[in-house]
Amino acid sequence: MRSKLLNISTSPHIRRGISTPDIMRNVVWALLPVVAFAVYAFGLDAFIVITTTTISCVITEHILCLSARKQTTIGDWSAVITGMLLGLTLPPLFPIWMAFIGGVVAIALGKFAFGGLGYNVFNPALVGRVVLQAAFPVAVTTWTAAFRPDRFSAVSAPVFTFPFMTPEVSGFTGATPLAAFKFDGVSTDAQELALGLVSGSAGETCSLLIAVCGIYLAVRKMMNWRIPISILLSVFLLSWLLRLFGGEDFPDPAFMLFSGGLMLGAVFMASDMVASPMTPIGVWVYGILIGTLVVVIRVWGGQPEGVMYAILLGNAVSPQIDRLIKPRVYGT
Amino acid sequence: MRRGGSNTYRHGIHPAENKSETNGIPIRQFPFAPLLIIPLVQHIGNPSKPVVHEGQEVERGELLAEADGYLSVPVHAPASGKIRRIGRVPSISGNMVDGIYLETSHSSAQEIAEGIPVDPEKSTAEEILAAIQNAGIVGLGGAAFPTHAKLKIPDAKQCRTLIINGIECEPYLTTDHRVMLEQASDIYRGIRYLIKATGALDVVIGIEGNKLDAAEHLKRSIPGDLPVRIQVVPVKYPQGSEKMLITSLLGVEVPSGGLPIDVGVVVVNVATTAEIGRLLPFGRGIQERVVTITGPGIRKKGNYLIPIGTPLEFVLQELGEPDKIGQVYMGGPMMGVAVSDPNISIVKGTSGILVDTNSEPGVDREFPCIKCSWCVDACPIFLNPSKLGKLARNEQYELMANSYNLMDCFECGSCSFVCPSNIPLVQYFRIAKKAVRKSKAKVTGNA
Repeated sequence: MRSKLLNISTSPHIRRGISTPDIMRNVVWALLPVVAFAVYAFGLDAFIVITTTTISCVITEHILCLSARKQTTIGDWSAVITGMLLGLTLPPLFPIWMAFIGGVVAIALGKFAFGGLGYNVFNPALVGRVVLQAAFPVAVTTWTAAFRPDRFSAVSAPVFTFPFMTPEVSGFTGATPLAAFKFDGVSTDAQELALGLVSGSAGETCSLLIAVCGIYLAVRKMMNWRIPISILLSVFLLSWLLRLFGGEDFPDPAFMLFSGGLMLGAVFMASDMVASPMTPIGVWVYGILIGTLVVVIRVWGGQPEGVMYAILLGNAVSPQIDRLIKPRVYGT
Repeated sequence: MRRGGSNTYRHGIHPAENKSETNGIPIRQFPFAPLLIIPLVQHIGNPSKPVVHEGQEVERGELLAEADGYLSVPVHAPASGKIRRIGRVPSISGNMVDGIYLETSHSSAQEIAEGIPVDPEKSTAEEILAAIQNAGIVGLGGAAFPTHAKLKIPDAKQCRTLIINGIECEPYLTTDHRVMLEQASDIYRGIRYLIKATGALDVVIGIEGNKLDAAEHLKRSIPGDLPVRIQVVPVKYPQGSEKMLITSLLGVEVPSGGLPIDVGVVVVNVATTAEIGRLLPFGRGIQERVVTITGPGIRKKGNYLIPIGTPLEFVLQELGEPDKIGQVYMGGPMMGVAVSDPNISIVKGTSGILVDTNSEPGVDREFPCIKCSWCVDACPIFLNPSKLGKLARNEQYELMANSYNLMDCFECGSCSFVCPSNIPLVQYFRIAKKAVRKSKAKVTGNA
């Protein structure tokens, strides 16, 4: 009998069968409801911006792979996540040529400059976002009100602004709840915030929905639940303490929790596997650091929102956290 | 000494068990192959030294090769027949090793030769250890470490608890399950010898929750005079490893770099225990063992009592599905070894033969590590396989050993199993450990 026994491989010969693209695809599925709500709240504007950043990221990834003479990596779906996340953090009426640049920067500078998937120090979407913030400070802080009546039939003028023209802001601009609190001392009702009835970046407004999508990922073990929990818990506790001892000048803890990009950042960006620590204790340190920075920047900083900078700083120190905090090895 | 009481250990994985196809079928006798290929290196330690010559007629159970020193065991004839050749035989490692080709004789009644019986009550610990060595017994769970060497308690230590390992956490394998169901009296007789040899005060038989029938059966048949307790623990891989099992049953950890005896424990596999109980009363040597033969490429799945030295090709002829045979693994799917040569034979450490239908191994595309930390959550000894894997790629083996506890890794493969990027982590660690051992040996050699 001639048997085909010359095929050998190393153990283990069985695998769980969940691949890296499977994880990425699941994150995309989890983001889709958030995108759907963004389109529901902000109409065509949000749809166009999110689509632009997603296409921009995928194209950039593909071209960079080809130019490096490597097999393209768009099939691992990670560029899609970066594109969707970047779009969700931008104002709905953000000019698409700027959005496109943001996508290119996110992938080229945020990901490929470090060596591609698995090597990025920072969350690529936030790298794109922070560059846009520096380059286009006005466009990035030009807001529109949610649930405009003609949002499904008309696109806001600034979306199609030509490159290097100043966007023309039509109608009215709605201040975000964080800006309203920071500059006018006006607090928004926490319930309105949680349900996403307010103005803000395309995908950050409905905290409740984002939390539900996060629970889906956490249950499937495709997101480390400790990251959002530690961030949210530390933001809540710190602002509760400030309120307790500092009085009414400080924001309400529930307001802090449900406003701005905190939920989107905590659930989908700080939890970026590549840019966060690996060990349970390290993750808590990372989360508490980010949560603290969010409160510090929001309360004492010059800007109304600090989630982006807080996460980027957390990303920056996470290799050090992993180096310094090692779990006890069995039998030691 | 029980500290935790958690009945389990932290981390580990839950691969699909795939045991139901074989665990309900009683052990069957496997026929003698016309030619047995018997390696003289079936155990960890020195190869056995042949005491027969080519052309000699031997009886089943007769000594073929004697132990060479303390860390070695003899080899007995698995069948009556004629020594055709003493030379090199293929082994699972891929290397050729010393071995004996034995032509089985069809006319023989295959009566088993007997030696000097050993009584557990009247013999000293030393006499029992010698008898275990003379019977050629090694760990049948797969490690094949000489059992007498493991049972020898160092002078300064004391064995309080003897653990009988009936966990069998590898998917597909059901040999220990069947042995526990069918050989309870051999197991308890074996325990008598082991208690005498180690001086253990109490005995715990550890069994996973997927073998409750075996646990019930053993519980019912505990002899009144033996201090035995059955403990059922939740199913989890790699609970069959000594360290994990000790933590599950007793709530203590074996020190890094140490042995179970450092916490007053000796662990013996349940099939090894049954073999001791069966062979020592007659002074016989080991000639056969129970092997689970299963997988999609096998027609008649089940557990078989197979003579040592039976070539794999003969097993596949008898039981295989001719067109479906792809890759063949010896041992379980987690830690077993892929077979490269059909002339490799069943040895004392072979617990299973798993025949897969696919013939294209390793086609899974590898992705970069995305630090998902699934491996960190799987590693039963709390290493960081992701970090170790990155260091291994840069061949920073010394750093891996000195700062990241590489040498504590016992290669269970849980990290590779969960890795979504298909990184061959455990293979990296095997290479790294070998390199570290080599460079250590060099240093001591020069000193």
